[in-house]
Amino acid sequence: MREVSIVGIGYTSFSPVTPDLSWKELMFEAATRAYADAGIDPRKDVQSFITCAEDYWEGFSIFDEFTPDQLGAALRLMHTVAGDGLLGLANAYMQIKTGLFDIVVVEAHSKISDLLTYEDVLMLAFDPIYEAPLGGHPHYLAGLEMREYLAWTGTTEEECAAVAVKNKWNALRNPLAPYGAAIAREDVLSSPYLFAPLKKLEIAPLVDGAIVLVLAEGELARRLTDKAVLLEGIGWSSESPWVGTRLPDARYARLAAELAYAQAGITNPIQEIDLAEVDDRFAYKELQHLEALGLARPGEAGQLLLEGAFDLDGQLPVNLSGGSLGMGDAVEAGGLQRALEIILQLRGEAGARQLPDPEVGLAMSWRGLPHGSGAVAIFRREA
Amino acid sequence: MISQPRGRKLSREEAERVPHVVARPKARYAWSAGPATGRFLEELKEGRVLARRCNGCGRVLVPPRMFCERCFRPTDEWVYLPGTGTIQTYSISYIDTDANRIAKPILVGVLAFDGASEGCGIMHYFGEVAPEKLYIGMEVEPVWKPQAEREGAITDIKYFRPRRKEDRQ
Ligand SMILES: [Zn+2]
Repeated sequence: MREVSIVGIGYTSFSPVTPDLSWKELMFEAATRAYADAGIDPRKDVQSFITCAEDYWEGFSIFDEFTPDQLGAALRLMHTVAGDGLLGLANAYMQIKTGLFDIVVVEAHSKISDLLTYEDVLMLAFDPIYEAPLGGHPHYLAGLEMREYLAWTGTTEEECAAVAVKNKWNALRNPLAPYGAAIAREDVLSSPYLFAPLKKLEIAPLVDGAIVLVLAEGELARRLTDKAVLLEGIGWSSESPWVGTRLPDARYARLAAELAYAQAGITNPIQEIDLAEVDDRFAYKELQHLEALGLARPGEAGQLLLEGAFDLDGQLPVNLSGGSLGMGDAVEAGGLQRALEIILQLRGEAGARQLPDPEVGLAMSWRGLPHGSGAVAIFRREA
Repeated sequence: MISQPRGRKLSREEAERVPHVVARPKARYAWSAGPATGRFLEELKEGRVLARRCNGCGRVLVPPRMFCERCFRPTDEWVYLPGTGTIQTYSISYIDTDANRIAKPILVGVLAFDGASEGCGIMHYFGEVAPEKLYIGMEVEPVWKPQAEREGAITDIKYFRPRRKEDRQ
């Protein structure tokens, strides 16, 4: 059975604004670093390129025609996925797994600072007949879900606030993260309600940045590098668009995880997974996602968090990168942000936040409001 | 044999009675131009056309870019071009976006700048020329807006006109 490995990583820093560069130069920087890391020439060695981009974020229709040059993909096999970076990773995984290609590149980026009307464009993602006419700031949907999640599980506002405290503290140890801060739970709890019960410091601010991953077939990967990381499983799932019919249990995450666990041969995720990076665009989502992924029992993630289980020295460190709360919400690059931290940790390159000896890591993405879609990837260090 | 459609077209009034939802997306952007395009636009204000040279393949690229898509490496130096060029291809556009016939057809095309490498053309208008006089390979030169009206946009060049006076209209 063919294996799939990550053999190269490249990334820019993440920043709220990048007025000096266009998205082309952001992508070129990340791609150049990734190819140098993998020791490959994109014009000769890469057989397929995949970008992840949403036309409305970019402001171009048919954005895929603008992507090849800055990846070295001009006149090569290339396509664009209109979704989160982990969906691009899933495409790359399948292209290698099926034997079609041996080296594939995945890119995702955010140049969301170019968009002047983020809230209005986000509202365009709401159902145009039933939901969009209600208007307002679209993040109120997170307030609705958070309240229902708290009511269902008995999770408290204090526990949600503690997610923001942990992730911003972790971000202080990640040089890529612009939103690191040493704050107390009281600071989060006293930050203003924006969409009650959701508070200001529980919402990830937007950032620009780009990430490129190089994937290779397992045997080839071992010849290319001694720091290959296996991608052992990847799954994804989408909810029905009817917001009113959804339950606050992030079912998309559970179903995506079931597929990824099956591929990776994971039967007891709590025992087998050493660290996780999960979507935390809104603080409560981290707890909800951990429960959906089977990394905590329903309603218990908040209490485990307060006990320190998800800290750097806890039994399952979560979002050591700082998550989206610490690194910023990089729209379609969110999933690759999560994956990047897992890969850095498994390579032993995570600096001040490095875990002693991690073997298996999970990265989970959510496409953001009003979406009910997510993806899960399982990575393993080479033995 | 093609069968004739039965019935008749809906009138505009009838069509408007069918339920529908009207929306106007509010999507506004301010794209960062980046170092290459940013400087290109600034130079247009001065009436100059700027390119970048790639020392990997030796090409002179316009529009300028900070990396070469063929070599996949950073480009190396700025190059000023004379602004003149030749017509690579052209079309005569007779209708507007609502498919109405326009009185004076728009002459659009791709021109290859003198001093730039093959395949580095840009799109623009042609003017001061009768449509039937245009031909592939015609030598053209830029007609700039007055300096005070230039704003750092590709439209700071009003159009390109034939270099030979006898071809002009
Ligand atoms: Zn070149």
